[in-house]
Amino acid sequence: MIYDIVILGGGPAGLSAAVQAKKDGVENILILERDRELGGILNQCIHNGFGLHTFNEELTGPEYAARYIKQVVDLGIPYLLDTMVLDMTDHGETKIIHVINEESGYMTIETRSAILTMGCRERTSGAIGIPGYRPSGVFTAGTAQRFINMEGYMPGKEVVILGSGDIGLIMARRMTLEGAHVNAVCELMPYSNGLVRNIVQCLNDYDIPLKLSHTITFIHGKDRIEGVTVAQVDDKLKVIPGTDEFIPCDTLLLSVGLIPENEITVNAGVEMDNRTNGSIVGELRQTTMPGVFACGNVVHVHDLVDFVSEEAVLAGKGAAKYVKGTLDTNVTFTTANGDGIGYVVPQQVAMKNVEENVTFYMRVRQVFENKVVNAYIGDQLIATKKEKKLLPAEMVNFKIAKEVLEKYPAGEIRFVVEEAQK
Amino acid sequence: MYDIAIIGAGIAGSYIARELSRYQLDIVLLDGENDVGNQITMANSAIIHAGFDAPSYKLKGKFNAVGNIMYEKVCDDLDVPFKRCGSLVVAHDEYEMATIHELYQNGLKNGVPGLRILFREEVHAMEPNLNEDICGALYAPSAGIVSPFELCANVAENAIDNGVTLKLNHMVTAIDKDDDCFKITTSAGNIEAKFVINAAGLFADDIYALVGDPYFKLLARKGNYFIFDKDAGSLVNNVIFPCPSKNGKGILVSPTVHGNLLIGPDAAPVEKGDISTTGDRLDYIKANALKNCPTLPFKKIIRSYAGLRNTPVADTYTTTDGDFILEESPVKGFINVAGYESPGLSSIPAVAHYVVEEIVKPLIPDIEVNHDFNPKIRPHVRFTELSDEERAEIIKKDPKYGKVICRCETITEGEILDVIHRNAGARTVKSVKKRCRAGMGRCQGGFCSPRVVEILARELNCSLDEIMYDQQDSAYILAGETKSAKEEA
Ligand SMILES: Cc1cc2nc3c(=O)[nH]c(=O)nc-3n(C[C@H](O)[C@H](O)[C@H](O)COP(=O)(O)OP(=O)(O)OC[C@H]3O[C@@H](n4cnc5c(N)ncnc54)[C@H](O)[C@@H]3O)c2cc1C
Ligand SMILES: Cc1cc2nc3c(=O)[nH]c(=O)nc-3n(C[C@H](O)[C@H](O)[C@H](O)COP(=O)(O)OP(=O)(O)OC[C@H]3O[C@@H](n4cnc5c(N)ncnc54)[C@H](O)[C@@H]3O)c2cc1C
Repeated sequence: MIYDIVILGGGPAGLSAAVQAKKDGVENILILERDRELGGILNQCIHNGFGLHTFNEELTGPEYAARYIKQVVDLGIPYLLDTMVLDMTDHGETKIIHVINEESGYMTIETRSAILTMGCRERTSGAIGIPGYRPSGVFTAGTAQRFINMEGYMPGKEVVILGSGDIGLIMARRMTLEGAHVNAVCELMPYSNGLVRNIVQCLNDYDIPLKLSHTITFIHGKDRIEGVTVAQVDDKLKVIPGTDEFIPCDTLLLSVGLIPENEITVNAGVEMDNRTNGSIVGELRQTTMPGVFACGNVVHVHDLVDFVSEEAVLAGKGAAKYVKGTLDTNVTFTTANGDGIGYVVPQQVAMKNVEENVTFYMRVRQVFENKVVNAYIGDQLIATKKEKKLLPAEMVNFKIAKEVLEKYPAGEIRFVVEEAQK
Repeated sequence: MYDIAIIGAGIAGSYIARELSRYQLDIVLLDGENDVGNQITMANSAIIHAGFDAPSYKLKGKFNAVGNIMYEKVCDDLDVPFKRCGSLVVAHDEYEMATIHELYQNGLKNGVPGLRILFREEVHAMEPNLNEDICGALYAPSAGIVSPFELCANVAENAIDNGVTLKLNHMVTAIDKDDDCFKITTSAGNIEAKFVINAAGLFADDIYALVGDPYFKLLARKGNYFIFDKDAGSLVNNVIFPCPSKNGKGILVSPTVHGNLLIGPDAAPVEKGDISTTGDRLDYIKANALKNCPTLPFKKIIRSYAGLRNTPVADTYTTTDGDFILEESPVKGFINVAGYESPGLSSIPAVAHYVVEEIVKPLIPDIEVNHDFNPKIRPHVRFTELSDEERAEIIKKDPKYGKVICRCETITEGEILDVIHRNAGARTVKSVKKRCRAGMGRCQGGFCSPRVVEILARELNCSLDEIMYDQQDSAYILAGETKSAKEEA
């Protein structure tokens, strides 16, 4: 049998894309998930704070996932668990997905269209190369989260956290609630990489110091970690001599960034964007390989799951159109990141596929106050997005109406951070 | 009482144990760590040197090239990943070219096969990513790369298969000699043996000092390294050495047998046991590696580590002239395998043969051959290397091979169970990683370490917080159950 759509990954992106494609009338859909349950990374996020945008309620991660899992089940969309996708190969009209699982062994699955929703993984201490020993007791924050929330074990009692990403902040609170003592959260940059609400609710409420412009210069302890040397950095991120401080700890958690998990994407030959470490996508999350779509953290790292679900709806629609033969492939616009902007998604827009508007997701490179993001085509200002404060930690979503874009036949849409016009 | 006690289950002790098991002897292999090959053998350059460096009058010169040639058979018998990738010593100017010619001549004396001096064009055709200004090189096609931890684990496994007793967590603290018996005190009980082989790596001088008057001393010299992601693994095809200087072989750039890229090591004296990496030394390595390989993608680094050389030094003792010490010591029946530094890995097949045939055998006149000796271990299943059909078949036979635990390296539960249940099997997260690469990939165990802990606990019948990352007791991973878990229970 040839499937219409196979979805690689059963996290929030995969679930939401499947639901949308089914609602758009596609029958033969299959979700492949390597874990023992659907829901992706949400299953280990037992804290509140999911779904404020989508459901206007504060749900826990598993509760948020459960809403989508229910829809998948109600719509009768089949899925395979404990099933690992090893590879995807392109055969023009169809794609072949190579998978293994304990029950059925090694299988190939043929499909007209595929949606990539493999999520992301955490950067490790090796990748950032902290000097010192390599003892046990150094965990990525997500691994520690899994040990505590899913296995019921504590990684340690005296904690230092490097990096102020959201997972690190949430783990600072979680470990404190479980009786551990969090000495400090150290952040290399002069600003936090986490959401403001997480700094307030996870650090300030528990008197955990956030040391901005600080890094770890040495890991002590041959067998189990015994402490870290922390030092201040200057505005070029170089260590300032004489600012070293030894902080004893038995646990170091790292929350130093997430990397989209794109081995399958790259091996299949899909074109990548080195700004996002994800694939290049269009307005309906079509990649440069016809029939292959991508959404969620595998495309770019999102801070809120609500935007993941939103993006996945687009991919679900896109794949449904592709299967029915109604997806337009003529790219009208490309997008570009100008001053102050790190990346923009989507990188391409085919106007014939656009319904009412296009939402552009982007991240700023540093903290900006009282500035705006302007969108230009050529030297024409086409739209402006105002924010009180622009933070690298908070994805900007910039909606531009179809009527505005339609005035231009083609070109490059460039986003820049600029002074607010008086 | 054992016939022979070997102190140290690094590559030297383990390999010698395996060679001794060709004879009918009662052998015990002791190590203070909770895994074999957990010190020098764990952190080195992993290169099977061709053998042109050391002068032919040294034991190093005598055994390196011979050991190298034995590697195909050894790795075939012991199912160890090994690749004869070749090596280049590169020269940037005519002075360095002169050194290259000297090495070439020395290599011929040592019996290194296939050596050739290459000129500029040939070097750059062979290695397009090298610095433009490299004007020639010594090419040694016989140089290779190996997985040293797998080699050591598999050699130890084969030794046990052939009757050797392995005792881990047995730290030797004292040795007394009676007339014809050594009484060895360890952290886990006493052991008696007629002969002792001291293969204690960096601590071989301390071990010898327990029975005899010191005549050599070992200096710890640290080497730092970086490992790059597999994306960068094909930057070079050969092992790339700079021209050697008084300070040693210099900073090399090498592919690894598993497809990563490795750069290092520097050399600086340190206290024994100090395997920390240091920021300024890592910067030094980067700067020197760039001289030969200017496009090294430092963004792709996934790990740094450091290893300790066990360099014999003159000090107040008899000079050993920086060579291997392979001999019966002044204490009768006590054999030193010491100062066993680079090219120790490369030489070991030849050295072990020499130690057994030329040193041990003359001491035991009535020695009898073990006719049951089997040089081969049961081959490993390496899931990633199987064809689609083979994959289908193995999962049908054992569904555990259908469950991927380490996603980065695609290591299945079947492979992990296998390395736990073999002789000299894995007991810690790190020993699983050394044997089957679960956790070696780009996420460095971020995802799979909780699963590996779970599997170890299940298979060893203990709780999750009893599973160690590395050293016994002190390298614990988990600090008890969470409050919430306790409340639920
Ligand atoms: C630790 C953590 C804490 C977070 N906290 C919050 C929060 O408080 N509030 C909030 O709004 N957002 C939070 N987020 C963000 C939000 O949860 C994520 O953005 C969202 O889960 C991403 O969805 P996804 O489907 O793209 O990826 P994932 O949830 O990662 O799902 C990807 C799925 O694909 C599967 N997969 C990957 N590769 C394969 C393969 N080869 N074969 C089969 N299956 C595969 C994975 O097993 C996984 O189930 C958090 C994220 C993380 C990582
Ligand atoms: C930086 C570096 C790079 C190198 N690169 C290469 C290379 O590329 N090619 C090559 O051929 N060689 C190389 N070498 C050399 C090679 O790694 C060594 O020669 C070899 O691994 C030494 O093995 P060993 O068994 O003697 O020592 P080890 O592996 O250290 O084994 C000694 C064992 O003795 C045990 N022990 C010590 N004291 C006690 C005690 N009191 N009681 C019980 N047990 C004890 C230890 O636990 C240890 O397991 C390199 C070495 C270094 C340091």
